[in-house]
Amino acid sequence: MLWGVIQFPGSCDERDALHACSLVGEARLIWHEENDLGGVDAVVVPGGFSYGDYLRAGAIARFSPAMEAVAEHAAAGRPVLGICNGFQVLCEANLLPGALLRNENLRFVCRQLDLLDAAGETLSIPAKHGEGRYYAPQATLDELEANGQVAYRYAPGQNPNGSLRDVAGVTNAAGNVLGLMPHPEHAVDSMTGSTDGLRVFERMAAVAA
Amino acid sequence: MTVGTAKHRELGLTDSEYDLICEKLECEPNAVELAMFSLLWSEHCAYKHSRKLLRRLPTEGERVVMGPGENAGAVDVGSGYAVAFKVESHNHPSAVEPFQGAATGVGGILRDVFALGARPIAILDSLRFGELDSERARFLLDGAVRGIGHYGNSIGVATVGGEIYFEAPYEHNCLVNAMCVGIAKQEAMVRAAAAGVGNAVVLMGASTGRDGIGGASVLASAELGDGDEAKRPTVQIGDPFEESKVLECCLELLEKGLLVSLQDLGAAGLTSSASEMASAGGVGIDLDVARVPLREADMEPFEIMVSESQERMLGVVEPAKVGEVLAICEKWQTGSAEIGVVTDSGQVRVLRGGEVVGEMPVEALVDGCPLYDLDPAEPEGWIYGNRTTLDAGASAEETLLALLGSPSVASKRWAFEQYDSVVGSRTARRPESADAAVLAIPEAGNAIAVSIDGNGRRVACDPYAGTIEAVLECAQNLACTGAEPLGLTNCLNFGNPEKPVPAWQLDRAVSGLADACEALGVPVVGGNVSLYNEGPEGPIYPTPVVGMVGELPDPNATAPSAFAREGDTIALVGPFAPALAGSELAKLRGELEMGLPQPDVAAVTAACAAIRAAVRAGTLASAHDVSDGGLAVALTESAIGSGFGCQVDLSPLLDRGASPEEALFGEGLGGFVVSGERAALESLAADTVEVSILGEVGNESIEIASGDSVVTVSLAEATRAWSSLSVAIEPAG
Repeated sequence: MLWGVIQFPGSCDERDALHACSLVGEARLIWHEENDLGGVDAVVVPGGFSYGDYLRAGAIARFSPAMEAVAEHAAAGRPVLGICNGFQVLCEANLLPGALLRNENLRFVCRQLDLLDAAGETLSIPAKHGEGRYYAPQATLDELEANGQVAYRYAPGQNPNGSLRDVAGVTNAAGNVLGLMPHPEHAVDSMTGSTDGLRVFERMAAVAA
Repeated sequence: MTVGTAKHRELGLTDSEYDLICEKLECEPNAVELAMFSLLWSEHCAYKHSRKLLRRLPTEGERVVMGPGENAGAVDVGSGYAVAFKVESHNHPSAVEPFQGAATGVGGILRDVFALGARPIAILDSLRFGELDSERARFLLDGAVRGIGHYGNSIGVATVGGEIYFEAPYEHNCLVNAMCVGIAKQEAMVRAAAAGVGNAVVLMGASTGRDGIGGASVLASAELGDGDEAKRPTVQIGDPFEESKVLECCLELLEKGLLVSLQDLGAAGLTSSASEMASAGGVGIDLDVARVPLREADMEPFEIMVSESQERMLGVVEPAKVGEVLAICEKWQTGSAEIGVVTDSGQVRVLRGGEVVGEMPVEALVDGCPLYDLDPAEPEGWIYGNRTTLDAGASAEETLLALLGSPSVASKRWAFEQYDSVVGSRTARRPESADAAVLAIPEAGNAIAVSIDGNGRRVACDPYAGTIEAVLECAQNLACTGAEPLGLTNCLNFGNPEKPVPAWQLDRAVSGLADACEALGVPVVGGNVSLYNEGPEGPIYPTPVVGMVGELPDPNATAPSAFAREGDTIALVGPFAPALAGSELAKLRGELEMGLPQPDVAAVTAACAAIRAAVRAGTLASAHDVSDGGLAVALTESAIGSGFGCQVDLSPLLDRGASPEEALFGEGLGGFVVSGERAALESLAADTVEVSILGEVGNESIEIASGDSVVTVSLAEATRAWSSLSVAIEPAG
């Protein structure tokens, strides 16, 4: 299985994502100006501050040539994982529903916390962001829940940003595009605190299979 | 021969310095030359009041790869890799505009490190503000923390540690010191010396604007005072996105071997980077300001030469490689322009188009500034005043809770949660999980530990002993993670050196720094001096901030600072001789005065070695050094982090001569609180290392017997007191 990690100017976590992908397959970086993904099986849109996030998080990155190719990849039902800034980019690109707003207390937060997946299993993964408050209209949230598109929630009492209904990560209707604010690529080695993040990558690998 | 104009005085030069410049130029300087001299001859660039003292510091060692004089220091970590690091101040800009001041402080120190060819992997900060009940202190704290986070988080370098103290002498003049650590392949590292006559000088990164003009001279090399609002335009504005692109661009250029040398543009902008590169290489440089990409078209040559616009780097490139360099800058969407050439003239020549607008000997600019001797005088007594916030009749329980809740002692979670501490996948020990940050270095198959420390109050009590303490405190922090010191960087934050008391403090502190480094065998590989830190009330506490980097074999084999298991034995290791002098308790009681016990450096060093060996061998379940607030606070911190209480008896300290109160709350060097199997702890004892069994981990309360009384606080109460910082800062939150 070959993973491609998109690299924008201002990406921060692309090497960490590359390393995490290499633990569950082969992986390479894809420069944002490439409009051909080179036959990768799965794409990671990584964390960071693409283009400085100056206009609005993810608002400029979505127009890059690589993102056109990512949209085609997603439309073909192949796996796309957006982490943090990548989640923001996927929402800006309308590949995922909803939007990420500034954290409720208007401060950046970096904290190890527990996520619950749809099966109720707990994952210990760090979150670190200033604009991670998940927002969607109530009707959309109802629909996401009914369709099983809420992939991850913050464990009770651990919502760090004021996300509606504790939503930490969502998928598209088809389930092949996943975005989440916490950073699974920073939870792949017990030395740095946890290996639970590997389960997120394995889940995407299962979509590709 | 001084002319009637006072222009040179406005720029911070004395009349005799001006006369000397005229002599060296054999004529009066024009506007461009005067501007350039005023900056390079400022305290900030020329170290004219500190350079003689700094000669005392030991700078050599077998692991030193680069020492003072380069953009940053670097030490060998094995397998062909080096760790580069440096700490630098951005105090006055932060006192005027805390968000941008702190942000650009981080940006500047990052550039110093990647200028060597090292990828920055960690940031630490040492911050000082007035007391937290001051609105100004809270404003400065909030801005500085947001600024550090903004820059570090956006550029993707982990902020892994630091310290914050709140003391009234910093009320007007806060301190913002930032340290960066980077990792480099030694063969790809470059020095800052320009070389190769005929080589091109290429300016990379952001365009040049009118920001930060006079930052190094007017702002950094003079006391703050009334009218500082007007100095706001001298503060630079940071753009971490631009820096992120320049960083990746420079690392790619160095990886491909396309640069002869590289230097960042910091204080004094093009003036200092070009002159210092020329000086280091023994060459001359011609620069054409007409080729510098500008933000505003009508900038004067002197403005272009002294602008402190951020996110700019200056590289020396062989002519045949210029095209490739410009193409890589283009790829990273960052600016680049060939603005000059290396010459054999020994002159810095500034041109506009074909016209020479300034010409000065490199030697006169960089090394010509007179160096001054200090005129030190010891103060008659304690000059900083006292403020009582804890009643002398407070019970031991009340005292412990007051110490835990004192903003300088309390948990700094409020601040460090605003920093990304995990990006880069190296952070094996995050803030407050161990006494030092631990970063894996998979490139060399080992790890480093990093600590930053400097308790200004204790240095004020005795600048010599207090500075030794700052160095050894770092060594103790490193020992708790199993790390052996490799090198040290420092930032000397002091008051006006032209006044006798700050001069005495500086002189004594530098001697303490030199002696401590000599005794520990740790070289000083770089640093920075920040003088004129004064407000209307007088000088700040003398604050030498020490950053230390050590090496450990395995990032997984470090000890946490918190207890690990119920039932483990707790011991005190080392030559800890607690005293109330200069302590946090003396401060709360308003009993500060001159004087500290003189540290036994050899005994502390031996204890560090024993702790380090035990941590590496895995025999300690936890290790935490005794610092601010004394032993009772250290024990309580280890308990809070673990969720277990502890039951201990401090009678071994009373046997050594401490009073019950000194045993609980006295401070001093050389104490480690460790936990683990009793037999393993007892085996640490040696001829030179004292080990005293104190008690056991367990239950949900902290019970500390000292003399006839037992201090008992519940874990919940202790945790509430220790977590009080966020409530004090954001009452509504």
